[in-house]
Amino acid sequence: MRHVLLVRYGEVFLKGANRPHFLKVLNDNVKKAVKPLGGHVWMSDSRIYVSDFDDLDACIDRVTKVFGVYSVSPAVELNKDFEEIAAACVEMMKPYSGTFKVQGKRSDKKFPMNSMEIAMEIGGRVLESNPNLKVDVHTPEHRLMVEIRDMAYICVQEIKAVGGMPMGTGGKGALLLSGGIDSPVAGYQLMKRGVKLCAIHFQSPPYTGELARDKVMQLAKKLAYYSNGMRVYMVPFTKCQLEIHEKCPEELGTLITRRFMMRIAERLARDFGALALITGESLGQVASQTMEAITCTDAVVEMPVFRPLIGLDKTEIMDIAVKIDTYDTSILPYEDCCTVFTPRHPVTKPKLETMPKVEEKLDVEALVNEAVEGTEVIII
Amino acid sequence: MTRTGNRPMQAYLDNSATTRPCEAAIEAMERCMREGFYNPSSVYAPAVEAFRQEREARENLLKPIHSAGCDLIFTSGGTEANNLAVLGAVTRMRGHQTVAVSAVEHPSVLAAFDRLHELGHDVRTIGVDIHGQPDWTALEKALEDGASLVSMMQVNNETGALLDAEKLSRLVDGRALIHVDGVQGYLRVPFDMKRADLYSFSGHKLHGPKGIGALVVKKGVKLNPRQVGGGQENGLRSGTENTPGIAGLNAAALELQGLWPDLPGRLMAKKLRFIEAVRRVVPEVVVHGPAPEDAAPHIVNLGFPHVRGEVMLHALEAEGVYVSTGSACSSKKLKVSSVLTAMGIPPQNAEWAVRFSLSPHTTDEELDYAAGKLGMCYDLLKRFQRR
Repeated sequence: MRHVLLVRYGEVFLKGANRPHFLKVLNDNVKKAVKPLGGHVWMSDSRIYVSDFDDLDACIDRVTKVFGVYSVSPAVELNKDFEEIAAACVEMMKPYSGTFKVQGKRSDKKFPMNSMEIAMEIGGRVLESNPNLKVDVHTPEHRLMVEIRDMAYICVQEIKAVGGMPMGTGGKGALLLSGGIDSPVAGYQLMKRGVKLCAIHFQSPPYTGELARDKVMQLAKKLAYYSNGMRVYMVPFTKCQLEIHEKCPEELGTLITRRFMMRIAERLARDFGALALITGESLGQVASQTMEAITCTDAVVEMPVFRPLIGLDKTEIMDIAVKIDTYDTSILPYEDCCTVFTPRHPVTKPKLETMPKVEEKLDVEALVNEAVEGTEVIII
Repeated sequence: MTRTGNRPMQAYLDNSATTRPCEAAIEAMERCMREGFYNPSSVYAPAVEAFRQEREARENLLKPIHSAGCDLIFTSGGTEANNLAVLGAVTRMRGHQTVAVSAVEHPSVLAAFDRLHELGHDVRTIGVDIHGQPDWTALEKALEDGASLVSMMQVNNETGALLDAEKLSRLVDGRALIHVDGVQGYLRVPFDMKRADLYSFSGHKLHGPKGIGALVVKKGVKLNPRQVGGGQENGLRSGTENTPGIAGLNAAALELQGLWPDLPGRLMAKKLRFIEAVRRVVPEVVVHGPAPEDAAPHIVNLGFPHVRGEVMLHALEAEGVYVSTGSACSSKKLKVSSVLTAMGIPPQNAEWAVRFSLSPHTTDEELDYAAGKLGMCYDLLKRFQRR
């Protein structure tokens, strides 16, 4: 008898011919996640199992954060001996009260009892031993699973995991990470769909300081927990901002700044092998996030720009930020590059045709090159 | 800090935040931890020796403030000493109290008075003028209304404004207890315990270690402890004494005492020279608070018009010059220094504030370097004003 963690996957199931590939990636990601705990991972009968870990709670925490995992159950692995299984079931159900049901499943047809018999017999024994339990086969509070496979497995507790698609199966994307509440959430949403991310941050010393940089690294680390590491690009952005501030109309400042960020981000995204840019914009949240403004920023890049938060309210975004534990870091009050030269009255309905004229005074190519060349790459 | 080998030049001008521990302090602490680690409350010979050294430190630390006949309670630092003075004194008094505090105190004093307010006491906040001097009339009114405790700092941490302790003590004239927060003043500006009943200071502002400070208590002044237990420090601060901290603080204080009586004058000369050098490169610079020669010799608060203090700080940081702003910024809303606004400086100007604080170890080379960098950074930054 030994303790194992039974790992169920969700949407991967729906895949057709690609399923083996998705499963292999998922299996590898679970392996990476439990590696620090010394766990052994294997796949069998459309499940993933983890055994030989030091710390069950830490193992659950890590595996439930692997994208593609639907749920996990702490389970006991036993020999296919009915008496041994029944005794373990009685033991497992001891702390429970309320209603329960036993669900039997037999994929090893050589086992002498069928699923119904297993469920009935074990249900009876559990009921005898624990007076706090009653049977309810329709809507039980606890579901005791008894599965006879190459070994026997029993479990009762099921813990929901993050779901989504295995990391890496969705390709690579580049996240523009500002330090605010939205961008880490946007990154999380795409990671959940299997996208391997890099983060791009724009820093503007001396207008931003070491604390702001530290904050962004903290956020990147929180996201990296889901993907076993991340590459962070730190872009020196002061020169671009000062040139824009000096040479462009104030009310277009933020918009032109966004256009520079997109141009630089696209270059770095290519370096990372990403096929899309990801931003935390939500329609209408600020002046640069209107349809007109987004049209102007998208016009400078060829890559698709994913905005997973486009239809969410600020409160909905905040809820996710709390859930993924980035909220408390995001609200630390350090100036970031977006707030340095905020215009008093930014344009909300800019015209795309006017943009090239406005940018005429700037040496766009040189500024972008300089920023890209000065970018620092940090691997976490 | 000066140029050594290939290390780039640095100028550390944030000595009011903390100071670099001096060699004597580090050595004394190491010796204490390696050899004199015994518990001063134990009764065998080496422990008694530890007790004796602690007593010697207490006596040494009391000397520079003419405090014969005072007790000294070691604390974890300035904050705890201030808390103990304010909360310890008032909770010991019977019934509802009227108390007075200046508007520009350190948060560890202001928060203690907030607590008194929550407990139902009548807290009078005494305003200050543009030079940081308290509104003596308002204080007199509070005293007439029966104020039993007055708290004012010896040297303001943001502007260097000096307390006229003699005037304060004359005005109070025994009607109330006087607490003076001496964290920025002790051993850099003279003080006489004749002028106060309670006086706090901290080790790491005088080249000693962090985690040690003290409250000096005049004989006869009664306090309630804030921390109870084994009854150390006359029952006012239980817990095994921080003997390495005490040894370090004492060594640092002895070193500074050795520089007296010239030390304030030397510091002042350095400061004035620095301000002169800054004026040469940034003629627009403004001094916040009292005229430099009337303020503490080691602190000056300067405003660089149209350049936010935080931006100047980071620009200087890139050049190896370390300073503080008078203001704490938040990303969306600018919060300016409550000290500067209490002094009547408009919020817009308070935003430009940068505090420079010197130590006896600050060199002319550091100050010249810093002034040069200030001029360079200002020329660059003033071109890009927030509209």
